[in-house]
Order: sequence, then C-alpha cells, then structure tokens
Amino acid sequence: MSKKNSEYLINRKDNQYEVVIGLEVHAQVLSESKLFSTSATKFGAEPNTQVSLVDAAFPGMLPVINEFCVKQAIKTGIGLNAKINKRSVFDRKNYFYADLPQGYQISQFKDPIIGEGKVILDMPDGQKEVGIERLHLEQDAGKSIHDLDPQNTFVDLNRSGVALMEIVSKPDLRSPDEVSAYIKKLRSIMRYLGTCDGNMQEGSLRADVNVSVRAKGSKEFGTRCEIKNVNSIKFMQMAIEYEANRQVDLIEEGKSIDQETRLFDTKKNETRSMRSKEDAHDYRYFPDPDLLPLEVSDEFVNELKNNIPELPDDKKKRFIAEFKLSPYEATILVSDIDTAKYFEEVVAKMGKNKDMKLAVNWITSELFAVLNNKNLEISQSPVSAKNLAILVNLIKNGTISGKIAKTVFELMLDGDKDPQKIVEEKGLKQQSDPKAIEALIDKIINDNREKAIEYKQGKEKLFGFFVGQAMKASSGKANPQLINEILKKKLQ
Amino acid sequence: MSDITKQSLTELIENIKDKKLSSTEVTKAFIDRSEKSKELNAYINEDFTSALDKAKKFDQKPNLDLKLPGIPMAVKDLFCTKDVKTTAGSKILNNFVPTYESTVTDNIWREGAILLGKLNCDEFAMGSSNETSFFGNVQNPIDKDLVPGGSSGGSASAVAGQLTPITIGTDTGGSIRQPASFTGTVGLKPTYGSCSRYGIVAFASSLDQAGPMAQNVKDCALLQEVISTYDPKDSTSIDFKRNQYSKKLTNNIKGKKIGIPKEYRVDGMPKEIEDLWQKGIQYVKDCGAETIDISLPHTSYALPTYYIVAPAEASSNLARYDGVKYGFRAKGENLIDMYEKTRSEGFGAEVQRRIMIGTYVLSSGYYDAYYLKAQKVRKLIKNDFDEAYKKVDAILTPSTPSSAFKIGEKTNDPVSMYLNDIFTVPVNLAGLPGISIPAGHDSKGYPLGLQIIGKAFDEQNILNIAFAMEEKINFKNKITDWWIK
Repeated sequence: MSKKNSEYLINRKDNQYEVVIGLEVHAQVLSESKLFSTSATKFGAEPNTQVSLVDAAFPGMLPVINEFCVKQAIKTGIGLNAKINKRSVFDRKNYFYADLPQGYQISQFKDPIIGEGKVILDMPDGQKEVGIERLHLEQDAGKSIHDLDPQNTFVDLNRSGVALMEIVSKPDLRSPDEVSAYIKKLRSIMRYLGTCDGNMQEGSLRADVNVSVRAKGSKEFGTRCEIKNVNSIKFMQMAIEYEANRQVDLIEEGKSIDQETRLFDTKKNETRSMRSKEDAHDYRYFPDPDLLPLEVSDEFVNELKNNIPELPDDKKKRFIAEFKLSPYEATILVSDIDTAKYFEEVVAKMGKNKDMKLAVNWITSELFAVLNNKNLEISQSPVSAKNLAILVNLIKNGTISGKIAKTVFELMLDGDKDPQKIVEEKGLKQQSDPKAIEALIDKIINDNREKAIEYKQGKEKLFGFFVGQAMKASSGKANPQLINEILKKKLQ
Repeated sequence: MSDITKQSLTELIENIKDKKLSSTEVTKAFIDRSEKSKELNAYINEDFTSALDKAKKFDQKPNLDLKLPGIPMAVKDLFCTKDVKTTAGSKILNNFVPTYESTVTDNIWREGAILLGKLNCDEFAMGSSNETSFFGNVQNPIDKDLVPGGSSGGSASAVAGQLTPITIGTDTGGSIRQPASFTGTVGLKPTYGSCSRYGIVAFASSLDQAGPMAQNVKDCALLQEVISTYDPKDSTSIDFKRNQYSKKLTNNIKGKKIGIPKEYRVDGMPKEIEDLWQKGIQYVKDCGAETIDISLPHTSYALPTYYIVAPAEASSNLARYDGVKYGFRAKGENLIDMYEKTRSEGFGAEVQRRIMIGTYVLSSGYYDAYYLKAQKVRKLIKNDFDEAYKKVDAILTPSTPSSAFKIGEKTNDPVSMYLNDIFTVPVNLAGLPGISIPAGHDSKGYPLGLQIIGKAFDEQNILNIAFAMEEKINFKNKITDWWIK
C-alpha cells in the first residue's frame, strides 16, 4: 500500500489498484414521533413501550405522514445543496421478517423526496466534491433479539416505524480517509440543521458501504460488493481496507468478483458473504396505496430555505473573512456545531480588543485536551465560553502570562470559576512595573556575578538561566517581555 | 307490534322518536328473528346480550336527536369493532379481538345505533358468493341453497331476511352492489375517499370503500350521511362537502341526462338482463330524465385490470398476517417454516390464489407487463368516465350479468366467478359512486338489480335517481321465510 500524493492505492507486483466507494447512509430523523404514527422515538426505552397499533400493523391500521419528518428531510436536502422534488412517492418494499410487522417497509423507490446534490470535503491536500445521488424517507424496522432465550427470538418494535433518511452518495469516494471525512461532513451538516443527532453509538447514523476496485487509470467500474449496516467510522474504514484487498487478491489470482452483500465481522476484522446477487430479495416495490403522492409547494420549501441556519461551509468562509482565521483553524472550529457555537460565544464575550489567534489556540489545544481527557462533548465543557473569553483577555491585556494562564485554567476546571477572581485570590497578577523588575534583576546579577561575566564573554545560552531566575524570584508573575528587555540592557 | 322487523329503518326511527317503540323492543325483535334464522348463517359472531343491554340503557335515557336512535344493526365482519371479535371471514383472524373501532362503525354508534353482531363475508372480502368464508356459506333468503352474492353476502342476506334493519358492507369490485342485486336490496358504493378506511380490514387499499346496504333508497341515503366523514386517520379520505343525503333526497330528476354505455351489452348476457336494462331506461324516461347513448371504450379491460391491481395490493396488505403478532399461528421448525404453515393453514384457497397472483404481477421482470400496464389501463378507464360525464349526469347499467346462482355452481371456476363483477369493477377502478337498486325478477323469481353510476362525490344525484326509479319500479322482494321452521 502506498500513499503517493495522498492517493490511496493498493499495490501488487506491477499493478496498482484504485478503490471506488459509494455510501448509503441511514440517518435517523430527529423527531419526537415516528414517520407514520404518533409513537415516541426516545432511545433506550423499555422494549415495546413506544409502539402504536400502526407500528405493530394491526388490521385496518393506516399510515399518516408526519409533516415534521418531511420538513426535516427537505432541510437536509437543502443542506446537501440538493434538488427538492416537489412530488415524491412512498412505495412498499415487501419482505417477511419477524421485526417487520407490516410485511413491508414503507420507503421511497422511484421518486425520492430529494434528488441530486453534493457535499464538499476538506481533505489535507485540498477540497473534494462528493456527489449525492438522492435522499429518501423510509421506516426503520423493529429489532430482533436472538440472545435472550435459547429457543425463542424476542422482538422489540420501539424502532418500528421510526423515520430514517437514506442518503445515497455517488461512487465518488476513493479512500477510507475520504469516507471518514464524508461521514463527518454529513453528520456535521445534519447536526447544524438539527435533522439528525448523528449519534452512531445509538444507531442514529449507520451505513451500507459499496466497495469495488479497478486498475489505476481505468474508467470502468469493477464489480461491487455491499457491506451492510456498518455503525462506526472506524469499522467502515477497516471494512473497506479489508474488502478492497480481498477484491484485489481475487483479481490478482485471476478470479472474478461476485456481486454480493457482505457483513463486516468486527471481531475478526473481515467481511464475509451474506447473500449473493442470485439470492437477492425481490422486494416487489409498488406505490403504497394507503398514501397519496407527497406534494410540497414552493412556499413550503421556501419557508424552510429561509430558516436554514448558517451551515459549516458558509461559517468557515465567514470565520476566515471576519476573524482572519486560517482555513485549517476554521475547518476545525466549524466541523461541529457545538464547537462553532462555543467559539462564537468566546469571540462575542471577548469584546472589542480581542486576540482571535489566542482564542483559537486556547480552544483547540488546552480546552480540546481537557475534553478529550475527560471524554466530554464541548456542550458539556467544564469551562464556559464566557470564562474562557475572560481568561484570553487577561493574557491579551498583560494581566497574566501565558504560563500563569495555564495554572489559572487548571483551577477554572473545578466548577467553572471566574479566572479574574482566581487571579485576584491567588495573587497571580503579572508584575509589569519596570522599576520593580529592574530591582529584581539587579539583585540576581549581583548574586551571580561570575555567570554574568561568562555571558558577556560570549556564553549566550546563559541568558535563559537569568530569565529563569527572574521568573522564579517573582513566582512566575513577572512580565516575561519586560524581563527580557531589562536583562538584555543590564547584561550588555 | 309483531312486524317490527318488516319495518324500514325510516319507519323504525319514526316509531322510536314517537315513542311507539322502544329500542329494547326493536332490538329484541331483530334478535328473535336472527335467532330463528341461524340457517342463513348470516352471522359470524352474535353480540345479542350486549346489544340488549345497550338498548335498555338507551331506553333509560333516550337521546332522540340522534340519527339512528337505539337502532340495532349488524355489520360486516370486516369492520374492526372494539372488544368484539373481528375475523374478516378468515381462520387467520379467528381469535382476533380489536382494541379499537373503525371510523365508519364509530360514526354509526355515535348516532345511537347498537351493534347486533358481525356478519359473514367472503374471506378478506375476496369472493362473489360468500363461499370463501372460513365460517361457511351464507344462504340467500330468496331461495334455499342460493348464494347471496359476495363478498358482503352476510350483510345482504341479513338485510333481505330482516335480521337487521340496515347494514354496512365494503365494496372493492362490487361486494356491496352485487349481493344487493342478488338479494333484492339497495347497496351504495360511495366515491373513493368518502368513507374512512380506518379500522376496516384491508383487501385492496386503492379500491376498498365502505357503504350502506338497505331495504330502500331513503334508508340507504340516511346511513350514507352517517358513515361518510372526513377522517385524518386515513390519508386517502377526502375533505369535501358532504350532504344530508336523506334530507335532500328528491324524486325530481327531470332533465337529468342518463348515459347508456353500449360496452355493457356483453356477449352471452341473458335476455332477462337486457330486458331489465331496457325497462330501466323506460323508468328514467318516465321520471322525466333523458337517456343518451355513450361509449366507455375500455370497459372490456376493466376486469383483467382489476384482477391485477386488487391481488397486487392484497398480496402486500395480507403480509401482516404472519403468525407473529396476533391471530392464528401454526407451529414451525423455524421462522420461515412457521410463516409457511401459518399462512397455508390460516388462509383459504381463494385468498392464497390472489396472494400468488398479486405476488407474481409485482415481481421483478413482470411488474411492467402487469402491474404498471394495469395502472395505465386504470387511468384510461377513468378517462372514459370523465369523457362521458361531459355529456351525462349519471350512467345506468345492469348491476350483474345474471341473477343469483346456486351454492357450489361456480366454486371450481374462478374465472366465471370473477365475471360476476364485470359491471361493477369499472366503478371501483375509477373511484366513482355506484348504487344498485332492485328492479325486477328473472323467470325463477330471483331479483335483478340496476346500477346507477355517478360522478365523483355526486352521491346525492345517484340517490335521487335511484329514489325516483324506486317509486316507478315498485319492487316487492319475494321473501317466504323458508328457513324459519
């Protein structure tokens, strides 16, 4: 495997292979109630406590579309720069399974609510555009639980009928890293829009991964395999890596690749065949006669368009233009809506005389490190944006040094304390009186005359020693810049 | 009053309102007659004790402002009734007790009516003779061993036999109008979207429609105004202005233009039916209406189209009866085995036949040739009617190509059975209202019906035409009570 010019290629003897990946992401619509019923959708509820007669497919029960879910899908479509189809059709996808009470899933087949769109990925070597084929609304199935009883399978219908958005990408992805960036970008957009919480642990976001390989430079697609229902970015990357190599090995051995559906075994880190194309279900799709075609007016769509919040790409542009951030810094800050919110709050609280660079550094290094250590989301940050802004301002206006600031920050972690108060209570205010510092330095030079002579004779690295002594003598509070200036003058 | 059960719904309501009869008396009379009429096998499930309780309760504090004050009524067993077993005529739902009420029956009880019991029907409403019911054949009160038609055979038999003053059926391809025609009663299939499908066991969702079955047009109009409501729980329910059909009922149809479609003159149609149709044309003319020859060119495609669309939807609608959640479950080695055994043992032959047809026409490779093409033809059939209605206000046809036949006569010939629906299915495919009224007898003395097809949402007009014709026809059903010993 080589990564020339960050290109992801698989090498075998004289041959180089390119990997082609397309994703079908299933994103749970953020909604209080289900797609066609009024049952709740709360995660982790007791089994079968969020099931209506419609969800359990009782005789004579009929689906009624949840308008809120339609709005969520359209908002997501807007976020994906996609075509909003004013007329879409719900179809029945027919198959038998114990956790599919109707015997069919209501989905959209020929006429999805959202058509073609695109998302922009920020890759280390520049931006990459990934095409979106479509987005459609569909019902989730229930959950079969096989491991609670040796004889029986239990069925939990809480998920049955929950609204999902299936977002189908074009086969535009070329590496596990791009897949990771793509998923993160989708997640980011949907979280900005509030249309999906993107929580992969809870299954709110999962994907079927289509993988094929082809000789580098080839224009034709190879035979693809679909890896079903992968629920973490790490597993997606591992599955792609395994699957691409498996396919390359087959080609190298002169064998052909069977189009099939495969499963990723996370314990063995391998994919294995689930069913071949011949065994593929015939889903007998046809328009659901219980539901009329879904028609949305221009006004309906425009109303949603007018209320779309600033999305990551636009926010990034604004951060660069307005706050003079580097594209790299801006990308980090906008990737998650809560980080962006936090940053903007810090900016607002810093007031007029603000140091943007300093604020960015404090968020992306000190704060991120703490969140990482404590395994917290930024929304749960122990230090509020307001207090972080005060801390940054204290550094900026010379009240404390960067070094002291780190001590102050440590103290702030316990109960989101006001840094101003910490500085006052602990007497950490920076000493910036030149006369006091001069006196302090005179004493140090006096106490270390030999070293001062050595320095003057050319042993320049001793300068650091004197700075250290001065800082020590002031308990770290002396203004480092003043120490430097005065020392230089005195040691001349 | 010994002849309570001979009274029409309108008369019963009047007598109850005038306090000449109590709900208890009326309910008891219909229960008594029902008890004596077991041989008709019209009921799947009787709810007589509870009905009497409700009648007594009604009489203690009678609300006479209601439209159906204390009126007992049995309904087709396709309507889900809260806490009362609902089977759809199938073994697979033999133990199923809904916890909910269909919108249509709920509307009826809200107007003061009382449930007598659940009436027999073809299994999942699939049949034209009531012979596919798991609960056995229904006898036509007209003659022994005569089918009452289907699928609302129990309903037709119960109304004709005066086991219930009025009833409701469902009509997917003729299941109200054909049995009405076979039993000398009136049956209305309303416009698709007029009556909510919520809580009705689904057969073919794009065609199913509930409707009233009665002894006369006025009763039929009254029940239609009760059951037809806009229901947000049914996405195909339509919010249009509904009439007080019985109040606006008039026999003045002067100047109405009635279309006579030449394509309904089918090969092999008995002369009696042709004669009846001609008589019908004369009746409407006598009423001051004008008849106009029209063409509905795609009529001959309606039946094959129907037998693709309806089974396709049914194959999917019936997938939920899988033994997992409710209803009958056969033991199986594993999930697939359980499915196969449950559905093989739980569904009868006709239902299985239609599930197979439906599965076939939807499967990949056949979808375009069958289902998609059928949908296109369906559109053409609807266009035929749209064209015709530029010239006429309603259309007059026979209801069925023959009178009632004997039990067992057509059970081994599904196609000949399907042909029963030849005049009724186009109406379902086009989503239009149609009413069958009794218009005469054949040489055997069996009733024959005429069908009046209306424009969408124009129930009032076809009820008026039916009302005017009814007066002219002055039909008398020949019920001998042969089954009462």
